[in-house]
Amino acid sequence: MGYPHPSHPKETVVLSKSFGDAGARSFDGWVERGGYEGLRKALGMSREALVEEVKASGLRGRGGAGFPTGLKWSFMPKDVVKPHYLVCNADESEPGTFKDREIMRWTPHALIEGCAIAAHAIGAERCYIYIRGEFTEPWRVMSAAVADAYAKGALGASAFGSGRRIDIVLHRGAGAYICGEETAMLNSIEGRRGNPRIKPPFPAVAGVFGMPTTVNNVETLAAVPHIIVRGAEWYKSLCLGNPKSTGTKLISICGHVQRPGNYEVTMGTPVRDILYDMAGGPRPGRTFKAIIPGGSSVPIMTREEAEEALFDYEGIVAKGSMLGSAGMIVMDDTTDMVYQIWRLARFYAHESCAQCTQCREGTAWTTKILERILSGRGKEEDFQLLLDLSEQMTGKTICVLSDSCAAPVVSGIRKFRGEFEAYLAGTHDPAMAAV
Amino acid sequence: MSAAVGGNGTHGGPHEPVFVGERRASLERLFGSYPTKQACLLPALWMVQDARGWISEPAIEEVAGVLDLTPAYVKGVVTFYTMYHTHPVGRHFIQVCTTSPCNICGAEDVVRALLEKTGCRELGATSPDGRFTVIEVECLGACGFPTPILIDDDFIEDVTPEKVPAILQRYA
Repeated sequence: MGYPHPSHPKETVVLSKSFGDAGARSFDGWVERGGYEGLRKALGMSREALVEEVKASGLRGRGGAGFPTGLKWSFMPKDVVKPHYLVCNADESEPGTFKDREIMRWTPHALIEGCAIAAHAIGAERCYIYIRGEFTEPWRVMSAAVADAYAKGALGASAFGSGRRIDIVLHRGAGAYICGEETAMLNSIEGRRGNPRIKPPFPAVAGVFGMPTTVNNVETLAAVPHIIVRGAEWYKSLCLGNPKSTGTKLISICGHVQRPGNYEVTMGTPVRDILYDMAGGPRPGRTFKAIIPGGSSVPIMTREEAEEALFDYEGIVAKGSMLGSAGMIVMDDTTDMVYQIWRLARFYAHESCAQCTQCREGTAWTTKILERILSGRGKEEDFQLLLDLSEQMTGKTICVLSDSCAAPVVSGIRKFRGEFEAYLAGTHDPAMAAV
Repeated sequence: MSAAVGGNGTHGGPHEPVFVGERRASLERLFGSYPTKQACLLPALWMVQDARGWISEPAIEEVAGVLDLTPAYVKGVVTFYTMYHTHPVGRHFIQVCTTSPCNICGAEDVVRALLEKTGCRELGATSPDGRFTVIEVECLGACGFPTPILIDDDFIEDVTPEKVPAILQRYA
C-alpha cells in the first residue's frame, strides 16, 4: 500500500493492507483482521490438497527466482520417514529490496501463518525463519509474535488442537549477503560458514541437517494464507493478461523517485505506472536514466526499455532484464553510471564467499579495473577485459553471485558505453584518486 | 527460543566464562531447537557478543568447548560473518549503508559527517574517547529510506548529514 505513503488507486492491496497499522502486530489484532482463518482451514486439508491448491494459484517464488511454489512443495517426499524442514528465507539483502522487512515489521502473523500452512503441506514439524542480523526491529517484532502464537495455540505440539505439531524457530544471521542463497542459508543454520552447496542434491532431497527441506521467501509464504482462504481461482484472476505470472507483487522502489516505498501491484501492471504514478516520477527538473528492476543482480534497463515493459516475470525478461526480487533502483540523469557500476561490483567483491575462483578473482578484478577507469587511467582494452572477465564469471560457479556482478557490468557497458569512453578520453574528470 | 538482540557489553580484562548461570541455561534451552549442538554456534556467538561487546580468542575457545567443536572451526565461522567483532569496538557501534541505492542518495556525505562528528579518524577506528566506531556496510535492506544506519541495535532511517549531531547526542 505504498508504505510509507497512502495507497495509490493503481495498487492491488493484499499483503500490504496492514502496513503501518500497529494493531495488526498482535495475535488478537491479526485475528480481528481475518488472520489465522487460512491456517485453521489448512489444518483440515490433506498435504496433497494444499499443494494442489497452491499449484493451481500460479504462485511463484517471490525471492527472485520465480519458481512455482506448489511444484517446489511437491518435490518433498510423500512419506515422512526422516524429519522434514521448512526454511523461511528472511535474509533480505538484495540491494534495492526492502519488502520482506515490512511484512515482518507490520504483519508478523501473516508470515507465521504462511509458515505453518507450508510446514503442514510439506510434512514438516519445524520451520526455521532465517532473519538477517541487521534486521533488529523485525527480529523483535517476530520474536514477540512467535511467542504470542505459541501462547494462543497456533503453534506447538498441536496447532489449534489439530494434533499436528508445528514449531517455528527464529535464527539470526550475522552479516553475509550470500546467506540469502538457499544452500548457503542451510549451512548457516547448521552453524557453518555460509558457503553455497553444489546442487544436486537439491534441498528437497538433502537440505538442512541432510533432511528434506523446502526454502521459501517471506513474501511467498505471506501470500499462502490468502490463497487458502480465498482460493486458487481468485489468486489466479489477479493477472493482467499473462497467465504465467499471477497474483500481486510487492515492489520496493528506491533511488531518484519522489515517493520511494513499497507498492503492491497486480502482475502485468505497466512499469510506467509504477515509476510515474505510484512513485511520483523523477525529482523536479530531472529525467530518469536507468532502472534496475529486480534488485542489483539483474541487467540494467534504460529508461526507454523500462517505460515499455510490463511488470511481471515474462514482461521484464522481454525487455532484457529480470523481475528478480522486484527491488527497483531508479537512477536519474545526475547519475554517473560508471561510478555506480563500480559501486555494485564492489558490493559483489565484498560479498563473495570466495570458494569459486571465477567469483573470488572476477569480482575483485572487475572492481579494480573499474577503479582504474574512474581514476582516469583506463585503457581502450579495458572494455574487452571487463567483458571477457564477465563471460568467465557467468554460469561457471556454484551459485550465481558472480553472474550477478557480471550482469550490471555487461549491460552497463552495452547501454552506457559513452560514459565509460568519457573517462577513457579524459573528457570526464576522474571520480577517484589513482591507487 | 532464540538468542536475544542486545546492546554492546563491557570490554577487555581476563576472560570470565560467558556461559554460566542464566546464559548457560538459555544456551541449553536452545539445544532443543536444533538437532545438533553445532547449529547453536551462531546464536552462541551472538550471546558472547551481547555480553562482552566482541568475540575474543578465549571466548572462541569457550564456545568451542560448550558446543563440542574445535576453536579453529569456531574461528573460521566467526571470521566469515561481518557482524561478529574480532576486536574491541567503541561503546556505540555505527554501521552506515553505502551500497548503490543509498550511494546515489548521498550516503557518502553521511559517512563523512559521522566520521567528523564522532571524531573517528577513519572507518573502522574507534574515537579517542572510546565512544564510537563507524564502519561502512553493504545494503542494510532499507533502500527506500536513505541513508539507514544501525547504531548498536537501533535502526535509524532517513539520516542526512544535518541530522547526525542530534542523533549522536542520544548515545553517551
